[in-house]
Amino acid sequence: MSTKEYEHYYVPAQSKWPIIGAVGLFFIVIGAASLVNSFANDTAGWGGYGLTLGLSIIIFMVFGWFKQQIEESMSGLYSAQLGVSYRQGMAWFIFSEVMFFAAFFGALFYARQLSVPWLAGEGNNAMTGEVLWNGFQNIWPLEIMPDGRETKGMAWTGLPLINTVLLLTSSVTLHFAHVGIEKDKRGQAKVMMGITILLGLAFLFFQVEEYIEAYHMGLTLDSGIYGSTFFLLTGFHGMHVTLGTIMLIVMFFRILKGHFTHDNHFAFLAASWYWHFVDVVWLGLFIFVYIL
Amino acid sequence: MSYATDTHDDHDDHDHKPTGITRWLYTTNHKDIGTMYLWFSFSMFLIGGFMAMIIRAELYQPGLQIIDPNFFNQMTTVHGLIMVFGAVMPAFVGLANWLIPMMIGAPDMALPRMNNWSFWILPFAFAILLSSLFMEGGGPNFGWTFYAPLSTTYSNDSTAFFIFSVHIMGMSSIMGSINVIVTIFNMRAPGMTFMKMPLFVWTWLITAFLLIAVMPVLAGTVTMMLTDKYFGTAFFDAAGGGDPVMFQHIFWFFGHPEVYIMILPAFGIVSEIIPTFARKRLFGYSSMVYATSSIALLSFIVWAHHMFTTGMPVAAELFFMYATMLISVPTGVKVFNWVATMWRGSMTFETPMLFAVAFVILFTIGGLSGLMLAIVPADFQYHDTYFVVAHFHYVLVTGAIFSIMAAAYYWLPKWTGHMYDEKLGKIHFWCSLISVNVLFFPMHFVGLAGMPRRIPDYALQFADFNKVISIGGFAFGLSQLIFLYVVIKCIRGGEKATDRVWEGATGLEWEIPSPAPYHTFTTPPEIK
Repeated sequence: MSTKEYEHYYVPAQSKWPIIGAVGLFFIVIGAASLVNSFANDTAGWGGYGLTLGLSIIIFMVFGWFKQQIEESMSGLYSAQLGVSYRQGMAWFIFSEVMFFAAFFGALFYARQLSVPWLAGEGNNAMTGEVLWNGFQNIWPLEIMPDGRETKGMAWTGLPLINTVLLLTSSVTLHFAHVGIEKDKRGQAKVMMGITILLGLAFLFFQVEEYIEAYHMGLTLDSGIYGSTFFLLTGFHGMHVTLGTIMLIVMFFRILKGHFTHDNHFAFLAASWYWHFVDVVWLGLFIFVYIL
Repeated sequence: MSYATDTHDDHDDHDHKPTGITRWLYTTNHKDIGTMYLWFSFSMFLIGGFMAMIIRAELYQPGLQIIDPNFFNQMTTVHGLIMVFGAVMPAFVGLANWLIPMMIGAPDMALPRMNNWSFWILPFAFAILLSSLFMEGGGPNFGWTFYAPLSTTYSNDSTAFFIFSVHIMGMSSIMGSINVIVTIFNMRAPGMTFMKMPLFVWTWLITAFLLIAVMPVLAGTVTMMLTDKYFGTAFFDAAGGGDPVMFQHIFWFFGHPEVYIMILPAFGIVSEIIPTFARKRLFGYSSMVYATSSIALLSFIVWAHHMFTTGMPVAAELFFMYATMLISVPTGVKVFNWVATMWRGSMTFETPMLFAVAFVILFTIGGLSGLMLAIVPADFQYHDTYFVVAHFHYVLVTGAIFSIMAAAYYWLPKWTGHMYDEKLGKIHFWCSLISVNVLFFPMHFVGLAGMPRRIPDYALQFADFNKVISIGGFAFGLSQLIFLYVVIKCIRGGEKATDRVWEGATGLEWEIPSPAPYHTFTTPPEIK
């Protein structure tokens, strides 16, 4: 790299947004912590107000911070080198998200391969099965738990299959929207973005439907390890889809406003990486949570 | 290596420093943020240290005399959490902020606003954690490793505050490490190739990778803990098909790389200091890089050596035993290289060097006791005794903390523009060195004799050793006040420091004036 590239690295002036974000997180933490306690002890508390205040501050911060960021970018303050920083930063952020999901997938694999078989007496655990959990059998989905409670497994046909098709399609349409931006075909970008967002919303709708169905057939958050892994994996995935959809909607409006050029569209790129990542996580979910 | 640094001096004259409180609240300057991290870390070090004093006061004599057992448990728990997440990690992040841009010739960190956010999350997170001690039912009392079901079924109401504060500490660490990685990948001055980077930069690059890989796993762990405790899931509950041992697996999958997160930057610091005062180039630079990388990779496959007594299959015990022992190979390479660097060097022993040499010797003691703990049949005996406490305090106090002290003395003249008081620095070193060994060395003996950790009382035969340990503890705690005094004295004035500060120092940060101007390398230097 030549010296020239380094000469205009944009070191931003002071900003009030980070400290506002830190205050927002503070209220979210104390609000959420107080809320779960009032929920667990069935008492009234101020947690809800704290959480609402915190979330409002964070939303305010996100708007303000991004607004400033967009204005700076549009006024040409940013260099190509800064663009590389952003791309690398986003890539590492997605890697951290991968590791977050890895923890829950790890829990799923551990339960299925080790702890559930051991509870049923496999390996050198014959007495565990015999004395502690007599009669418990290792059958996944774990519809009969070691303590005898019962639940139902979720079939992969039906809503999950539809959702898989929806999400995979959305990744393809998003890719075409990206191509549209890169080739300055703005019409294509708009249409494809619109379709992607609709597919995302449809996915979320069916996901909610699936949860309602699950609760009706007796698969709940306290349905043992099967329910725990099912709801936490699909739940966190659903939260990520929600966030991704919001990002895509913002990008859609920015495209409508005429933002992004073929060589300067980091925000769009980041949102699309995020969406593809969410899609890949779903594939993992579909295989390991639903099918196998 | 020689550096052509032609352009920096003329930036001094427009060295605008913002003033007032907003300078610190709104800052995007890596030096200001580094300073805040370091002061934050030092205040946490004193708070966590104060908790250790309470623990040692209770253990001064057998029997229960000062605090009740529940509060004792809270002290051991919060002492550990504060020291790990509040003192050691932020100190290294502070050093990274100050030094990495100066070492690689970058104008600032790659993402300066996010850098500010990473820092400012921390005071809030720790305020929440500390305030939980004053809540009804008390603060976290399940040990810093928060094993289920102690932290789920049997924990108190403040657990939710603990969980969410860990979440935002994790966010802070992840953003901080993304910043470090991107800075190193994208902001190096022309000619600063990877294999020319100072080792401190290298070790931090690898540390940042470890942080991004495992902090999310910690977030996942505490999330499962949250849903198990409050929302009825059964991750760690055998009645629903889960397993409390699974908690330990997931926790230590985070926890073991975390151990190296707290020591790799220390390796980097010592690899900077020893060559300076030995007036020789570092022996085996590239082998240091490879050794650091191997340690980092191995750290992902050794986690279950913390859990040998949980009843894992024998094959797993053997695997984790051998994998753990393997780590001593790259670590041995490092120790060998430091010794070889000193070999026939023209050494002088200023305070940073004293701490660095003490690091090499005492960290090695901690490493060797680690090797003893890695042996499965031996660990069955040592597990959860004071031997373990001795082991990890040797690597964390005389390892990580000593390296941070060394770094502070080494770079203080560059940061403040003044030399610190060498005489007081040496007094601080000798007081710390003697007291820290009085404090931790006898723990080996009581541990091998069977004294369990995390218990506020003990059998009478351990009384004498515990008295000695406590006296060492108080002395070590008081010695750190000397350090506080030296730092403040150095900031307020003292002999003017030269640009290079140390005769044998090499590296870009010594080419710029002391104190370092508010903005450095706005135009990158050319490295030949």
